[in-house]
Amino acid sequence: MVDLIKERFSKGDSFLHKLDPRVKIIVILLFSVIVAITDKYISLLGALLFAIGVVIIAKLKTREVISRLLVVNSFIFLLWLMLPFTFPGEKVYTLGSLGISREGIKYAFLITVKSNSIILTGIALLSTSSIFNLVHALRHLYLPDKLIQLFFFTYRYIHTIYSEYVKLNNAIKIRGFKPQTNLHTYKTYSYLVGMMLVRSYDRSKRVYNAMLCRGFKGKFWTLNHFIFKKSDFVLGIVMIGCIIGMVLLP
Amino acid sequence: MKEKETIIKLVDLSFTYPSGRAYVFNKLNFNFFKGERIGLVGPNGSGKTTLFHLIMGLLLPTEGEIEIFRKERKIENDFVEVRERIGLVFQDPDDQLFSPTVAEDIAFGPLNLRKNRQETEKILKETLETLGLAGFEDRITYNLSYGEKRLVSLATVWAMQPEILLLDEPVIWLDEKTIEKIVQILNSNPHLSYIIISHDKNFLKKTTDYIYEMDNGKINKI
Repeated sequence: MVDLIKERFSKGDSFLHKLDPRVKIIVILLFSVIVAITDKYISLLGALLFAIGVVIIAKLKTREVISRLLVVNSFIFLLWLMLPFTFPGEKVYTLGSLGISREGIKYAFLITVKSNSIILTGIALLSTSSIFNLVHALRHLYLPDKLIQLFFFTYRYIHTIYSEYVKLNNAIKIRGFKPQTNLHTYKTYSYLVGMMLVRSYDRSKRVYNAMLCRGFKGKFWTLNHFIFKKSDFVLGIVMIGCIIGMVLLP
Repeated sequence: MKEKETIIKLVDLSFTYPSGRAYVFNKLNFNFFKGERIGLVGPNGSGKTTLFHLIMGLLLPTEGEIEIFRKERKIENDFVEVRERIGLVFQDPDDQLFSPTVAEDIAFGPLNLRKNRQETEKILKETLETLGLAGFEDRITYNLSYGEKRLVSLATVWAMQPEILLLDEPVIWLDEKTIEKIVQILNSNPHLSYIIISHDKNFLKKTTDYIYEMDNGKINKI
C-alpha cells in the first residue's frame, strides 16, 4: 500500500525513467501478450533475460525489486504445491499415493518463468513513470475516458483512504491503544475500518462537489502533452526488436 | 445613480437536512448585489456553509426560491451556469485539490470552461503570480503544507475568473503572514465581489464593507 502511494521507483534518471510512457505501455503490452502465449523454452529464456536486462537499465534497488517479486512468487508457490500432483501425465516420482507428473512440473515451471518475466518488465517499465504520467499516456493512446477516470480515481482514493486510515490510527494510538487478542481490540479495529470507509466516502463526495463547482461535466482535459523525442523512437524500436527477436529464436 | 444589480436573491428560503429534525433556515431572505464585499459570521452550525452550498446548487432548498443572475435556479442543470460564474472555495483544501500537480489543478477549471491551451497557460501564469505562487507549477498537491494548500485552493477558483467569490473560512488556522497575504490579494482587486465566512473579526474588518450575522435560521446585517 505504502509502496503504491510513494511510487518509490518513479524517481530516477535512467533511460527508462526518461522514456515516453506511451512507448513503455506499448512495449509492456506487446511483451506480456507474447510471453503469455508462447511455449518455446528458448523464447522464454530470452524473455527472462530481456526482463532482467531492463531492470538493470532502470537502475532500481535490487533489494526492493526482490521484495516485490516475493509477493508474486508466494502465489506461484501455491501452484507448485498443486500442479505437479494434480496434472495428468507421465509419473516421474511417487510419493505415497500421490504421483508427480512431468507435465505438471513443466507447467508450473512455465508459469513461474512467464510471470516473473512479465512482472520484472512491468516494474522496470511502468513503475518508473508516475501514475499520472501513465494516465496521461493512456489518454493519448485513446483509451476510453471512462476507463481512464476509473483508473485515476481508484488510485486517487486509495491515497485518500490510506490517509484517513493513518489519521484514525494515530487517534487510537495517542490514547494508549495496544492491539491484543481480545474483544476490545477486535471492536476497535472494526470501528476503525467502518469509520475509515464512511469518512473516505464523505470526502470523495466533497471532492466531487468541489469538482462540480469548478465546472466539471464528466470529461477531463489534459494540460500537459508529451513530446515524442528521437531517443523515445530509437529505444522503443530497440525494445520491440528484442521482443520480436525473442519470438523468432529457433 | 444606476440601481445596483442584484446577483443573488433568496426568497423565503427554508432548508432541512434529510436526517435533521429542525430547520437550518426558516423563510430566509437575502440579497447580494454586484460589487458588494460582505462578511458572514454566526455560531457553529448556524448554516453558513449550507447557505453557500445552496447558492452553488450542491444542496437544493426544501422550500423557497433562489434567483441568481436574474434567473430562477431550481434544478441541477440551472446551476451549471452558476458554477461557471460564481467560485466557491471550500473550507478544507483537501476537499478541493485532487489533481497531481498544482498546475493541473489550477488548469482544471479553465479547461472546463473550454479555454484553449494558450489561454489556460496564460491564466495559469497570471493566477500563480497574483497569488504569489510562482514556481509552484509542478509541486505535488498532496505534499504541500497546509498554508500552501489554502492558497492553491484559492488559486484553483481564482483561475476561473469568477464574478463572485464565496470563501468558506479562508484564513482559519493560517499564520499572520499568510493571512496578510490573503488580505492584500482581496484588497488589490477592487472590482471583486465576495462573501466571506469567517470567525476572524479583524480579517473581516480589513476585507469587507458589511458584516451579516446568521443565527436561528435568519440573516441580519450588523
